[in-house]
Amino acid sequence: MADITVTVNGKAMRRSVPDHTLLSEFLRETLRLTGTHVGCDTSQCGACVVHVDGRAVKSCTTLAASVDGAAVTTIEGIASGSDLHPMQAAFNDHHGLQCGFCTPGMIMSGIDMVNRYKAEGRALTPDAIRHELEGNICRCTGYHNIVKAIEDAAGRMTSMATAAE
Amino acid sequence: MYAFDLIRPRTLAEAVAALAEDGAQPVSGGQTLIPTLKARLAQPERLVSLWNIPELRGICEDDAGRLCIGAATTHAAVAAGVADRFPALAQLAGGIGDPAVRSRGTLGGSVANNDPAACYPAAVLATGATVVTDRRQIAADDWFQGMFATALEEREIVTEVRFPVPARAAYVKFVQPASRFAMVGVFVAQFADGVRVAVTGAAEDGVFRWTDAEDRLSDRFDATVLEGMAPPADGMIGDIHATPAYRAHLVGVMTRRAVAAA
Repeated sequence: MADITVTVNGKAMRRSVPDHTLLSEFLRETLRLTGTHVGCDTSQCGACVVHVDGRAVKSCTTLAASVDGAAVTTIEGIASGSDLHPMQAAFNDHHGLQCGFCTPGMIMSGIDMVNRYKAEGRALTPDAIRHELEGNICRCTGYHNIVKAIEDAAGRMTSMATAAE
Repeated sequence: MYAFDLIRPRTLAEAVAALAEDGAQPVSGGQTLIPTLKARLAQPERLVSLWNIPELRGICEDDAGRLCIGAATTHAAVAAGVADRFPALAQLAGGIGDPAVRSRGTLGGSVANNDPAACYPAAVLATGATVVTDRRQIAADDWFQGMFATALEEREIVTEVRFPVPARAAYVKFVQPASRFAMVGVFVAQFADGVRVAVTGAAEDGVFRWTDAEDRLSDRFDATVLEGMAPPADGMIGDIHATPAYRAHLVGVMTRRAVAAA
């Protein structure tokens, strides 16, 4: 068993888990945070994407014990109370989902790419968004509205950051 | 996932000691190994994590001007960390898998695994890099020994790769559209004493040097000297994605594009 302390959505969680526990299993089964979805379980579909120390990772391909001491953010941890995160709001406004199964991973990947491009001062064009979404599969939407949602959210997240400064 | 023990050393010495146990295998970012374990293609009883060992991470330059990259440095960290000093390597690292895979996958894991369609082996071989382990240094030309085979011995750990920085270089890959692995990837590197061309994705024996192209490019570094050239189709991979002849043709095309891009 591995004794791990992980800060999940801002709260320190101390648990003892079998060494072979995947991060996706730890989140869904130990902590009952079932917003993180497991689609393919072979690290291709991206439904399980969460942030570890601010970077997108596939939680089905990460051992829980390897994030001991890290900060994990899941889809449950991005809204502020009843105010949706701008990425969530943009997916809603642009109808960026149909069945919704891939959406948690899409949103976590979307936030990650906006943060990285902003930090590097690069423009997140629709082409770049499509390229960045290579690790996230959606079988309903055809991606058009997902790309529109991320592009819109990038603008909203920038103006939020500017307003905060 | 089946049950195994995970050892989490904090130093290289602890990792070496942990690997002395029977049935132990190292795991770095796990982006290849964890899916392999899930599929039961390998079932080690004990994994030794190289993830949290600070001495295996980071990028620096040695006195010879080589870029020395710690084996547990992620693809994302390489893409960001060498963009100014070695843009072709940064571009290669930034094109592996997808963003989430690049957050966890590591240089050392890729080089130790030597997947015949992985990107890093092309850069290591084309630059004539040196693979450093916990006990020795191995030249790239001696390191790669066929599909999923390297000079790495049991219980030996890749600690660092030292890349000579070429005057001009580029990596161009034709991706297999579903997996994003290279169907053919070509790394071209021009040094003062000649040009090296390494090809990944194409051959059954894994990464190889296309020496005919190297000879011509060493005389004149221009894509036109390779017009109409391709390596023999013998020994190229044939699968549902491409025939050996198609892959051989792609090697010619990708090499010309890499020269033009360098």
